Parts: sequence; structure tokens; C-alpha cells
Amino acid sequence: MSTEETKTAPAADSGRKAPAGERVADWADGRLGIYGLAKANMRKIFPDHWSFMLGEICLYSFIIIILTGVYLTLFFHPSMNEVEYHGSYIPMQGQLVSEAFNSTMHISFDVRGGLLIRQIHHWAALIFVAAMLVHMMRVFFTGAFRKPREVNWVFGFLLLVLGMFTGFTGYSLPDDLLSGTGVRFMQGAILSVPVVGTYLSMFLFGGEFPGGDFVARFYSIHILLLPGIMLGLLVAHLILVFYHKHTQFAGPGKTNKNVVGMPLLPVYMAKAGGFFFLVFGVIAVVAAVASINPIWAIGPYRPDMVGTGAQPDWYMGFSEGLIRVMPGWEINLWGHTLVLGVFIPLIIFPLVLVSIAVYPFIESWVTGDKREHHILDRPRNAPTRTAFGVAWLTWYFVLLVGGGNDIWATHFNLSINAITWFVRIAFFVAPVLAFVATKRICLGLQRRDKDKVLHGRESGIIKRLPHGEFIEVHEPLSQEDLHTLTAHEQYEPVAIGATTDENGVERKVSASQKLRAKLSEGYYGEDNQIPKPTADEYKEITSGHGHH
Amino acid sequence: MKKLSARRRHPLAAVVVLLLALAATGGLYAAFAPADKAQAEETAQSLAIDEGKKLYSVGCSSCHGTGGQGGSDGPSLVGVGSAAVDFQVSTGRMPAQQPGAQVPKKKAIYSQAEIDQLSAYIASLGAGPVTPTEKQYNPEGADIGKGGELFRNNCAQCHNFTGQGGALTHGKYAPNLADVSPKHIYEAMQTGPQNMPSFPDTTMPEQQKRDIIGYLQSVNSEKADNPGGLTLGGLGPVSEGLFAWIFGLGALIGVAVWVAARTAKARKS
Amino acid sequence: MSTQDIPEENLPSEQDAGHAAVAEADAKDPFADPGLPPHEHRIQDIDERAAKRSERTVALLFTLSMVATVAFIASFVAFPVDKIVYIFPFGRISALNFSLGLTLGIALFCIGAGAVHWARTLMSDVEIADERHPIEATPEVKAKVMDDFRQGAKESGFGRRKLIRNTMFGALTLVPLSGLVLLRDLGPLPEDKLRHTLWSKGKLLVNQNTNEPLRPSDVRVGSLTFCKPEGLEEHDHDFQTQIAKAALMVVRIKPDDIKDKQQREWAHEGIVAYSKICTHVGCPISLYEQQTHHVLCPCHQSTFDLSDGARVIFGPAGHALPQLRIGVNEEGYLEALGDFEEPVGPAFWERG
Repeated sequence: MSTEETKTAPAADSGRKAPAGERVADWADGRLGIYGLAKANMRKIFPDHWSFMLGEICLYSFIIIILTGVYLTLFFHPSMNEVEYHGSYIPMQGQLVSEAFNSTMHISFDVRGGLLIRQIHHWAALIFVAAMLVHMMRVFFTGAFRKPREVNWVFGFLLLVLGMFTGFTGYSLPDDLLSGTGVRFMQGAILSVPVVGTYLSMFLFGGEFPGGDFVARFYSIHILLLPGIMLGLLVAHLILVFYHKHTQFAGPGKTNKNVVGMPLLPVYMAKAGGFFFLVFGVIAVVAAVASINPIWAIGPYRPDMVGTGAQPDWYMGFSEGLIRVMPGWEINLWGHTLVLGVFIPLIIFPLVLVSIAVYPFIESWVTGDKREHHILDRPRNAPTRTAFGVAWLTWYFVLLVGGGNDIWATHFNLSINAITWFVRIAFFVAPVLAFVATKRICLGLQRRDKDKVLHGRESGIIKRLPHGEFIEVHEPLSQEDLHTLTAHEQYEPVAIGATTDENGVERKVSASQKLRAKLSEGYYGEDNQIPKPTADEYKEITSGHGHH
Repeated sequence: MKKLSARRRHPLAAVVVLLLALAATGGLYAAFAPADKAQAEETAQSLAIDEGKKLYSVGCSSCHGTGGQGGSDGPSLVGVGSAAVDFQVSTGRMPAQQPGAQVPKKKAIYSQAEIDQLSAYIASLGAGPVTPTEKQYNPEGADIGKGGELFRNNCAQCHNFTGQGGALTHGKYAPNLADVSPKHIYEAMQTGPQNMPSFPDTTMPEQQKRDIIGYLQSVNSEKADNPGGLTLGGLGPVSEGLFAWIFGLGALIGVAVWVAARTAKARKS
Repeated sequence: MSTQDIPEENLPSEQDAGHAAVAEADAKDPFADPGLPPHEHRIQDIDERAAKRSERTVALLFTLSMVATVAFIASFVAFPVDKIVYIFPFGRISALNFSLGLTLGIALFCIGAGAVHWARTLMSDVEIADERHPIEATPEVKAKVMDDFRQGAKESGFGRRKLIRNTMFGALTLVPLSGLVLLRDLGPLPEDKLRHTLWSKGKLLVNQNTNEPLRPSDVRVGSLTFCKPEGLEEHDHDFQTQIAKAALMVVRIKPDDIKDKQQREWAHEGIVAYSKICTHVGCPISLYEQQTHHVLCPCHQSTFDLSDGARVIFGPAGHALPQLRIGVNEEGYLEALGDFEEPVGPAFWERG
């Protein structure tokens, strides 16, 4: 190979001169092998669907956060030394504030454009986590997490969790009265951990709360540790997206073995590249018109002061809801205190998240399906999954309501106690109701699809028959629509089978097998999915003349 | 008397008489002249009290009792002072329309003159905080920075960081302070209306109340600067989160729909 | 997650038997995949004038972006950092922030809009199908890898020389301990730090507003005062840490209204002093309703009854607010008669 290269290179030189760009590419290829990489990826196909761009919103807002975050580090002082404020904001004059607060005030009032970058950073963070949640829900409801994408689902989930904590540590950095209250809450929650709680708290805060260390410690976690891990996960997430190729919805010409869409170069280069600027532009405009975390109005942190309406940023809202509605259980035994009123919410907090993260593995166990899936499900065609997802979202939303119960109370003239009780009950009841209702709706939609396939779509044309009867003319569907509406897969429930073999010897059926059979029946049994129309049914109906 | 007459001719007698005369004149003047004015004021005062009492019997006595002693529907008004009456009646809270978790602010139904008469009557039932003068509550020259600190320590826990209001137990609430006049803020701090605790001059001197009023005017009024843009109600992360979801992510999804949508096809002719 | 016991026929059949089969099956199966629909032209594909219009739109968007960037720089130079302007409906906002954000937003958005419009109207919109290849390796590849691995493992002697294996695992298990030990000095041990506050016998109650010691006559029924221990000043280096435990809330309740006997004894003429730090997770709790004597925590809505030993009547807090025993010294000032008898703030394992 090397001899060939040495032969051809001078030849190229002596003959026509390759364009500069090509020569640079040649140079790079000789060292990095970029042609091989480009061959596989340059004309990579991406399907067009707006919901496939949700992940891009996450990616781009993450990049925006990193860019603006680097700028902010140039001015921010992560120190809790107390100084007197003498900047240009009048209503804060002479107040004792920490250097962290002081430098954030400096960024907001004395650095030109500093306020804008701060606001872009914070708005982008809120949008980043929101987009991750919506992106995850898209993947969930379309079944895009199925084999071979389970690992990428887990990567995405970890990114969501890390994003939440990166946001929380960042929110705490300005050392203002609102975020300090949030840190205090976190410290109280850590104290509730049995046996080691006080030790963890002392080590994290370098002594008693608030001490003088946590801003500096949160700073390195916020700008280095967590984003570093996230960057790694993000790269892995994107590599896997490229490697697996994108999923697509069922449709004419779209199979489990192909991907239909537009090539990366040029269409997606322009669309995805352009979308970065669109996302950045929208967030910049949001930061121009709407204030976020106005620490000058909130004031510096003092552990003996507080403002009503003390809430975390929205992505921590569900944990706030958990802690607000929990009854104050406390057990004192043998000289020790078990702070269940705080510790139970602390345990449920990760469980809420994990419950959605493990779902793909439960579903694949129930179905026993080991094949690759690249065609997306319509949510209605997976009623149990969809119902589970909606139930989870309902749960999450109920907790968000609990987290903002004081704001709900003042804005809807309700009693805060009544809202708390509502959330306590809805925590258990609402997901069940949502599950049942969603499943019914999905089955109804499946029936309608079946009807459409067998009888055609309602045309709105009323016809009068010779004997006086009025009928509405139904138009048969096109071949494309017929295919799309019947393309989904339907599983048979897993049966345990005979418990005795032909010789009458009893076969052992494990508890997990029984559970799986039960779940499978719940997923795919009678009444849990509408059998899709068969070709015979269709032919029978369409061949008869009486159909309308 | 003998002694007195014996000393009548003492060289100093004239001086003593003169001094006595002067003292008597001065004393008489002191006793009579202001008494006239005081009497006139007292008459006006008692007139106001009488008028106030009439207003009271019509508008207030059904809840607070005929003599202000309180009843099942309203607390005793003995000793609440004129400041409390001025606050409650001129913000329209009193007379209350219906029982509930908290009596809301509404349009005042009495004129200022009537309110003064009512105040006079209630003040006559027992001493209490007196309606402040403008000098007391005018925030001009207040230390706004100090006011901010005082506000965060004493007020923000119920009224929010910039006085946007907040929730209390069982449907009660701390109201928004945006359009409350300095006088009413002062009176509220002095008297502690409804469930609000009071902040008497003994624990929060007059000057500090002015600082707080000054701070409030600089952060929660039409004159307040909000350099960052829309304050979204000044409620913090809940409204920010809603805004990020609806206008931030909402707009971005709208853009995504446009990016991914199929371009219109040419009509087949 | 074994699937061995799932019979193959229970799984739904694969959707597609491959491209070629599709067309043949068409005659029989009414739901067969008709294949990719034929490409339809856009106006821009057949009408050069429409294409030109698109080109001009894209160019206009890029030009607009350039103009916006110039405007960004102009506003950066033109507006002072503290200039406030009134703009409906945003209110009195910073001229610099608004103009920079808006121009930056427009500059970026126009680049994006231009690129996307270009892609949508002028670049080819012919849909292309790319084949997928199974991710799983073929059996031959797998066999080769397994062989290689076995050979490598054998050559290393890993399975045979157990002494090496075991000591290596031992060393690898122990070495991270050094890292763990290094974290020890992140903070001191808890000891009894959470049990004590600055309050002690004879310390005066200093009003936080006036920084003066408090007299009983200053505290009226229905009023609310916050106190710190005498000697603690805002400029002290550990002020934040000390006030986080020592913050005190002082109210006066008519002695007859106090239901709790110990509370009445620890009070002075109905003046009661309670820790301001919530026993739930430590928010400064101070939403005092003077008619009901309830205190509400603004963070998580724990509600305490100050007229009944500050017991919890609602919300997630697990125990009553600690009360500070107070009295009056010879000079007539309110003083503490000792520290809190129990730890203030959130509960913890060693609290007991």
C-alpha cells in the first residue's frame, strides 16, 4: 500500500495540480483516513419528521450552554467571601453579599452584554432539559427504544439525569436567596439519610451549613465534572444514532431493512446546520425579552431569610412536589431518628425517573422479541405502552403541581392545604385513571383505523338511494394508506402452555414465567388490542356490492 | 394674717406682689386662653366621634358589636387605634361583604371625611396606633438598600422577594403590594391587619418603615426597572419554567415542524 | 430475559419479505407495500422563475443577518450599560440587553432560516432509500472472535495461574481506597456540632432590625420580631453558619391563649421565642398568622401552632419547633436562659 502511494503521489504532482481543498483532504486522509469515514457518512440518509428534530434541540441548546457558560466563567468568582456591594444597582447598595453574588451582579449590570449571556445561558438550560424530556417521550411513545437502541436509550436517560443535576448546581452558584434556599433543602435532605447523613453533609459543605465552600465545590462540579461526563455520553449517543441509522414511521416503500429520506450532504447539512442557528436565534430573542433568575430582585443568601414562592427550576419541580406532600413521619428508636418524612421522598425521587428508564427492558422481556426494530410504532398501536407512558407523565405532572402548590393557591384562589391533599390522593389515583383512559382511547383509535381500512374514509357525500334511503359514500383508501394503516405488528400473548407433558409429568412453571404470561395477556390478549384487518376480511367486504 | 399685715411695708413686698401678679396673670392666661382652643377642638372631636358612632352603628355594629366590643363575626375594636380603621376602611376591606378565609381589598365605600369620623370614634374606645402623617410614611430620602434587607428579613417570607404576594394556610394569602399606597403600607406594618403580624415602632422604628416603603417603590411599582425584560409576574422558577416550555420549546418545535415539513409540490397540470 | 420458551409463531411475522417480493405479492395482498411513491416536482424544480425567487429569499435572509450583526455592534457601542427604556409590553428594560438580544437573535435566526429555505426549495428533494445491515455479527465472525479470545486468554495463563489472578484482583480492589481516604479532609466530623447554637445563659435577644437588645415592653401581642444572639455581628466570618442555627422568632401571645404548659413556663409574660429554622429541611420559617398563631413554612408548607408548643399541624415536618427558654435580666432586657434543649433545624440520624 505504501509503495503504491509513493508511486502515485509524484505522478499527481507532475501531472495536473489537484485543487487546494482536495490536497488538504488527501493530507488528512493519509493520517486520519477521512475518505473511508466520509464514504459511509457523507450521503447518510435521514428521514424527515419534525419529532426527529427534538434531539437536535437538545444538542444545540447544550452547545449554546457551553459557549455562554465559558463566557460567564471569565467574569464569575466562585467564592463565598463576604463583600459590600457597591455596583450600579441602587436597591442593593451597601449590602453584605458573597463574591459569587457580587460578580453575578457585576455580570448583570456592569459587563456590556453580560446580562444577555447570563439570560441565554439560563433560558437555554431550562429549554435543554425540557427538550430532553420531550425527546425521550417521543422515543418512548414510538417504541424507538427497542432493539438495537436500548443502550442509546440508557445513554439518553443518563444525560437527562445529569442535565438536571448540572442545572441544579448551576442554579446554586450565584448564592442568591432563592438558590440558597434550594441548597438548604438539599442539605436537609442529605441529613435525613440514615447513619451517614450528617457525615455526608459535613463533607459536602466542608463543615456546617452553609460554610464557605459549597459555591467553589459546586462550581467545579457544574463546569467540569458533570458537563465532562455529559459530553462523553453525548458523543457516544450521537455515534450510536449514526451507527444504527435513524428509525422511520411506516409508509409506502419504508421497510424494516431500509431508511428513506434525504442525504446528509447537502440537505441535512443545511437543515441541521441551519437548525442550530434557528435554535440559538430563538433563545437569544427569549433572553432579550424575558428576565430569568433576576438575582437583584431576589437578594443575597442569608440562611435566616426566605421569600415565599421558593421553588427550584422546573426540572426539579417534581422532587419539590414529593417533599411537599409527604406526611411528616419521624421514628425515634434507640436514640436514633429515622426521618422518613424526608428520606422517603429522597428515595422516590430517583425511582420516579428509573421507572420510565427500565420500561424498555420490561417490555422486551414481556414480548420476548429479539429482532431489530427500525419501523416506529404509532402510539395507538401499542396501547399498554402508551397508557403506561401517559400514566407516568400524569404522575410527573401531579408532582409538578405539588411542587408549585403555593403558586396554584394564589393564582386560582385555592387553599394550599386542599391542593396538598389533592396531590396526596392524585399521586396514587391519577396515574391509574390516566392508564385506563389512555388504553381505551388507543383501542378506540385502533378500531377506527380498522374501520377505515375495511370501509374506506367518509367522503362527506350524501347519496339518496332509489328507495329513498340516504347513505354517505365511503371512498376506498389508496394502496399507500391501506399499507400504512396495516403495517404495524401484533403480538400474540405468551401462553404458559400445558403444565403437564404427554406422560402426565408435571412441568415446573416458575413464578417469573407466570408473571410474564399475565403481563403478556395484559398487553396483547383479547380486548387489549384490536386485531388488525386481514386481507380476507378486506376482500370479502370490498367484493360485496352492498358496502358503503 | 397679722404676720402678713406686719410685713406689708417690707421693702420687698412690692416685688413679691408684682411677682404674684405676674404669676397669676400668666397662670390665668395659661389656664384660660388655650382652654378655649382645646375646648373648641374637643367639641369638634366629640362631634366627629358622634358622627363616627352613627356611621359605626349603621355599617359596623352588626359584626363588631354596638360598642365595638366585638362579636362572633368580628373582633373587638377596642384599642385597635385610628390607623387600623383608616387602613381597613380606606382599602375597602371593611365593611366586609361576606365571611371567608380572608377579607379581600375592594373599592372603598366611605369618603375620607367619614373614615376620619369612624377612626375618631374607634380611637375613643381605647388608645392604639394613630393614623400616620405624611412625614411619617413619605419614603423620600429612604435608605433603599437597608429597606431591601429589612424587607427580606421581615416581609418577603409572606409577600415574596419583591412584594408580589404569596399563599398562607387554608386559602389565606399575603396580597401583592404593587399598587398599595405608602400610607397603607405604613398602617399595615403598624397595626397588623387580619393575620398579618404587626411591626410596632418599638421593634421597627419609623425610619425603617420608610426604608421598606422606599425599597418597595423601587422594585414593585410602575417606576421599577426590570433590566432583564418581562418579569413574568416576579414569581420565580414556576413562571420561568412555564415560559420556557410554552414560548421557548413551543417556538422551537414550531420551527422544527417547518424545517421537517415537505415543500409544497407543483400542481399536476 | 431469556426468550427461549417463546415459540417463533407467537412473534409477529416480519413486515417485509424484501423489495422484490413486494411487487409480486401485490396481486394477492391488498395491504402490500406499493413501494416508494414516484417523486413529485416542486414549483422550484420546474419553474426557473420560482427557483430564482427562492434564491433571492435565501440571499435576502443572509443579508438581513449581516445587517443585524452590524446593528448588534452598533448597539453595543451606542447604548450605555445602565440605559433603561420603556418598551411596551416589556416594561422599563435595559436598552442594551434588549437590542443586543434582538439583533443577535435576528442575525442567527436569519442564517438558519436561509439555510433551511435553501435546503427545502432548491436542493434535491428526491427521497433516497438506504439499506440497513444487521448489527449482529455473522456466525463466522463471532466464531473467529471467540477463538481469538480463547487463544489470548490461554496465552496469558490467566485461568491457570490463579495466584497472579487473585493478587491482581486484590491490588485492583485496594488501590481506589487511597482516593477515598483522600476525601476525608473535605470536612470535619459531625461530632455534636448540630446540637449547639450560639445561645447560652445570659445572652441578650438582639432585635435584628435595630441591632438593639429587646425589652419585654417592645414586644406587643400580634407583633413579630426576629432576633440574633448578643455578640453575633453581620461582619463576623462565621455569621452565616451561626445565624443558620441561632435565628430566633419572637412573638407575644396572651398567656391565657397558650395551651402548652411547658411553653408558658419557658415564656416571659407570654413572650415566646422559637427557632426560626424549620424542623423539616431547614427553611427559615416565619409566615406568622397573628390571629391563628400558626406559622407556615414557605418552602414546603409545614405548619406549626405557636400557641401549642409549636407542634406540627400540617405538612411534612416531623417534630415541633424548638423553644428557647427566656427571661429578663436586672436591666430589664430579654435574655436566654440557656441553649436550645434539642438540636434546631432538620432531623438527622443521631438526633435521637
